Amino acid sequence: MPENKADRYRRVAYYPGCALEGTGHAYNRSTRQLGKALGLDLVEVPDWNCCGAMEAKNVDPKVQTYLSARVLSLTANRMGMDVVMAPCNGCYHNLKKAEHDLANDPGSAEVVARLARKAGDPAYQPGEVETVHALEWLKAAIGEEELRRRVRGGLKGLKVANYYGCMYTRPRHIFPEKDSGPASESTAKPHFMDDLLAAAGAENVEFALKTACCGGAHTLSDSDVSTHLVLNILQAAEAAGAEVIATECPTCHSGLELHQVRAEKRLGVRTGVKIIYFTQLLGLALGLSPRKVGLHENVSDARELLAARGVT
Amino acid sequence: MPIHEQSLIRPEDLRTHDQLVVDGVDVSGHWSTFIHSRVVSDYNEELQEQIASLPGGEHIHRCWQCGSCTNACTVNAINPDFNPRFWIYLVRMGLESELLRDKEIIWQCVSCNKCTYVCPRDVFPEGVMKALSHWLELKGHTRKSPAMVFDEVFTEQVIQRGRIEEGRLIRRFFARTGQALGQDWLVEMARRLLRHLPLGLLTRMGLASLRAPRTRGWSGARDALNEYVQEQSAAHRRALGLSELIETARQDASGASGG
Ligand code: SF4
Ligand code: SF4
Repeated sequence: MPENKADRYRRVAYYPGCALEGTGHAYNRSTRQLGKALGLDLVEVPDWNCCGAMEAKNVDPKVQTYLSARVLSLTANRMGMDVVMAPCNGCYHNLKKAEHDLANDPGSAEVVARLARKAGDPAYQPGEVETVHALEWLKAAIGEEELRRRVRGGLKGLKVANYYGCMYTRPRHIFPEKDSGPASESTAKPHFMDDLLAAAGAENVEFALKTACCGGAHTLSDSDVSTHLVLNILQAAEAAGAEVIATECPTCHSGLELHQVRAEKRLGVRTGVKIIYFTQLLGLALGLSPRKVGLHENVSDARELLAARGVT
Repeated sequence: MPIHEQSLIRPEDLRTHDQLVVDGVDVSGHWSTFIHSRVVSDYNEELQEQIASLPGGEHIHRCWQCGSCTNACTVNAINPDFNPRFWIYLVRMGLESELLRDKEIIWQCVSCNKCTYVCPRDVFPEGVMKALSHWLELKGHTRKSPAMVFDEVFTEQVIQRGRIEEGRLIRRFFARTGQALGQDWLVEMARRLLRHLPLGLLTRMGLASLRAPRTRGWSGARDALNEYVQEQSAAHRRALGLSELIETARQDASGASGG
């Protein structure tokens, strides 16, 4: 790796994934707008496919490894690039897992090579591409100091609970760069989103359920459990004094929104905390319009709150 | 370390008697609770091997029963009967009939990987939960769980087209599980979205979509994946000794219809 991270991340391959073209559209829009506003280049991976999300692995784990490896292969071989950025926790997790399995499990490597040969794709060699999450991308490419300099108005004391979910930190072995010194991300108590939002003026609350599970894998197939888990998260955030839960995953985000509504309908429990993508919050702090960051696309309608706090 | 989270004594085996004298000794009341003894004789000696032959179950033999997985488990916090440590124990002991008592809840694992995170022996309990669910379905002990139906609908769509379109996915899932799409909370969600969204965007979000996205140049991958999935499912049936069973049943059936 010739240059430092800040330079390498200025121009990266962009893998939005299926959710960001659907229910997570606001995350896609705000991520792209943020890149544009900060002078960072996102080049979409051509002809990308689904990474397998949380489902394909239950049919067969190696199907997921192949699907994710194909995206890595497109990045390396079709684009000639060595960094791919995925804002979705599921995509990010699966690409990381494929990278780990291909390097450490000969069985997976053999099946993926065989499938790639039959499909007619060039095979992916582990180590060719580095997968980063939107949080890691912004943290390294821009960083807190630069962000502080660029913020206009900012989030001015907005009380935020930062919610990272499961797939950004677990299982630990697929994220070898985490837990590796003071500047690195922590798997037990992640802080990259806290750091970025604090630099934009937010007041982060002490939130114990940062990496709790929202039940996203069974959001429709076992809805009562998911509602229960989401309600825990919403109520813990409110108890910690948060007005907003910042999210960094489309599955978590729509899970929180969906089951906030479901808890109201089915259990009669209302929670008022708003659910907003961290990229939307950062975009607003940089002076982008609510429309540009897709605030109107959220089910959890935060426009009134943000206007009252002087954020928009 | 003793394990406190699961007693092997079943509540229905506890006996107390209001009035009872045995051999001249008064054993009435709560102080003289009896435990009805039970004998387990139907060990399935192949159970661990069968689970280990399914994806995710490979490392079950490493478990040293520390209980960290259960202690960290998301679903256990909601339902104490959901107990990965205990199920791994039952499998390793070959106690199939005991395991079957919990067959209706094992699929509820939400794959949060809290267990994998804390497991000191790299058992990957999350994978073991998936292997157990598969085993239950393959052996015919349970119907396909709603979660597995969802996973299959999802994976079929990815293999066919390369990409997922959520609206279509949700419709298919509800259809296949025989549920109405008009769930009050889904309708309420759509209503809230519609309040401030133009229809064009809803269409793009897949909620009202007729167009299904697909990956360009996908047919090679589709064929390769279809072939692989078929090959794997045959291999799993073989590993569980199910293919001979099915073959015998088929021969019986054709013999009967022929005769
Ligand atoms: S992955 Fe499943 S078994 Fe493991 S902690 Fe989460 S819910 Fe429990
Ligand atoms: S944490 Fe690991 S070793 Fe401990 S009981 Fe669970 S599976 Fe076994």
